[in-house]
Amino acid sequence: MTAPAALLRRRRTESAPARAGRRRPAASEQFAGWAFVTPGALIILVFGAVPIVWSAVMSFQRNNLLTGNTPYVGLRNYRAMVHDPVVAQAVQHTLVYTALFVPGAMIAGLFLAVAMNRKIRFISLYRTAAYATMAISTISEAVVFIWLFDPSYGVVNYFLSLLGIPQQQFLNSPSQALYVIVIMTIWGWTGFSVVIYLAALQGVPQMLLDAAAVDGAGPWTTFRRVTLPLLSPASLFLAVWLTINALQLFDEVYLSTQGGPLNATTVLVYYVYEQAFINFNFGYASAIAYFLFLIILVVTAVQFRAGRRFTHYRS
Amino acid sequence: MTAPAQAMPRRRFRLPFSPWHLVLVPATLVLIFPFVWLAVTSVETLPEALHFPPILTPHTIRFANYPDALHAAPFGRFFLNSTVVAVTTVLCNLVLCSLAGYAFARLRFLGRGALFAVIMATLMVPFQVTMIPQFIITKWLGIHVLAGVGINHLGALILPNAATAFGIFFLRQFFKTLPVEYEESARVDGASRLKVLWRIVLPLSAPALATLAALTFLDSWNNFLWPLIAVTSTSQMTLPLGLATFQGAHATEWTLLMAANVMSLAPMLLIFFAAQRYFIRSVAATGLAGT
Repeated sequence: MTAPAALLRRRRTESAPARAGRRRPAASEQFAGWAFVTPGALIILVFGAVPIVWSAVMSFQRNNLLTGNTPYVGLRNYRAMVHDPVVAQAVQHTLVYTALFVPGAMIAGLFLAVAMNRKIRFISLYRTAAYATMAISTISEAVVFIWLFDPSYGVVNYFLSLLGIPQQQFLNSPSQALYVIVIMTIWGWTGFSVVIYLAALQGVPQMLLDAAAVDGAGPWTTFRRVTLPLLSPASLFLAVWLTINALQLFDEVYLSTQGGPLNATTVLVYYVYEQAFINFNFGYASAIAYFLFLIILVVTAVQFRAGRRFTHYRS
Repeated sequence: MTAPAQAMPRRRFRLPFSPWHLVLVPATLVLIFPFVWLAVTSVETLPEALHFPPILTPHTIRFANYPDALHAAPFGRFFLNSTVVAVTTVLCNLVLCSLAGYAFARLRFLGRGALFAVIMATLMVPFQVTMIPQFIITKWLGIHVLAGVGINHLGALILPNAATAFGIFFLRQFFKTLPVEYEESARVDGASRLKVLWRIVLPLSAPALATLAALTFLDSWNNFLWPLIAVTSTSQMTLPLGLATFQGAHATEWTLLMAANVMSLAPMLLIFFAAQRYFIRSVAATGLAGT
């Protein structure tokens, strides 16, 4: 091999980063890439990507499992959805639930995180109590709260009776059931929002707080004008994350009320489940599921847009 | 104005206890009361449990509720099923997401960008949209390919979650932050790509792998909707589904129900307290990654 040729080859390997993406990668790299990716990608394609397309197709079909054939019916499922009073109710319940749950869980988490963001005695005990709500499954959570809010034997009615408030029906009452579910899920998500806010609070530089104090700001002003803006990325994350989860509420409803009483707690996912796996209207259920997906997309997009205006990123 | 603002915290520090305890003690009581009431009811006699006003400190402690609950439903089996499903799902995710995440982070192959985009797109779509076809596909696989991954088998609870788009994305992002020099020099020394991943990249990625493991475990352990759809026979049920079924059948036997819930919750709480730092770091990491 002549010297210039060797030199040329060396130069080529040295400038590897520069040619990345331009030249075709080596066959062995191609092979390794596909071999590494295939098992994982296959699972995601089969159980994730294909179902997305399939349920879109199904939403234009009449598919009720019982009869073998699945004729295309155009927009009939979507038209039925618009005229279905239960869908209207489910949308309303889902939005009311989300509008109460998301701020509730955020405020509870922020309040506790601020209280717990200091080095005082027993602090790890307090924190652990808040974190513990993350370990409980939605099922146990629902069972405990059904018991706490039991109309006849529940502790909550007992505490209310001490305050002179008459016995309430709670989950048996069409006007109260949804609010009981709001309370139980806020409790269940407290640990999560405390963790997020505590992590964010620990990133707030002490220097800025000291500077605010030196400038004469009281604790409340410092919190509102310094801490809260610095927490805004965490708040945006929580708002988006909690909203996505709230719009998909199912477990607690399934366990505590099954959508009742009188459809008072029928939320969208519960109705999708009911249509799909109790009535076996796969086509109709797919249409409602896609409608829910649209709602999630729109709400999340609005949140990110609004979030951009008030979110302060450092550096 | 400045003087009192500075003096206040100093004076507070000298108090025997911080005033924040006055906020934190009641808040903590509210947070743990459901746990306490769960435990108390689980050792009450049924007449005492069904007494109004409620008896906050039971006169008779009845531990027999626990064996009674175990006789009423196979909770040992549910627990075993949940463990098998969660542990297998975690292991599969660690292996498959590491491989795919590494390929997306470091290797160049035809169609990489397109494939990655498709995988990312599935992240946005809620489970409710995909669950019906997932049910049909799982049923088909069980009949035509392998019974063990079909409806009413534990495999049906593992396979669809054996790799997740989140896991691949999460590890890809982490791998991209590692310095590429170690990997390059190992390659020059003749190590295969698999060996580079196993010996160099993964040991450097322990925190990310632990985070992914913790989050996957929690997700799998608490999953309810998919097992509800995919499993009907008692012998294949996971704990949440078993508990829900038990609640449906024994709605008025609160003491047994609470004993069953304590048994399902206690191991999770123990794991959680033992690995609290990991769980907290994992949750905080996903939160901060989003910001």
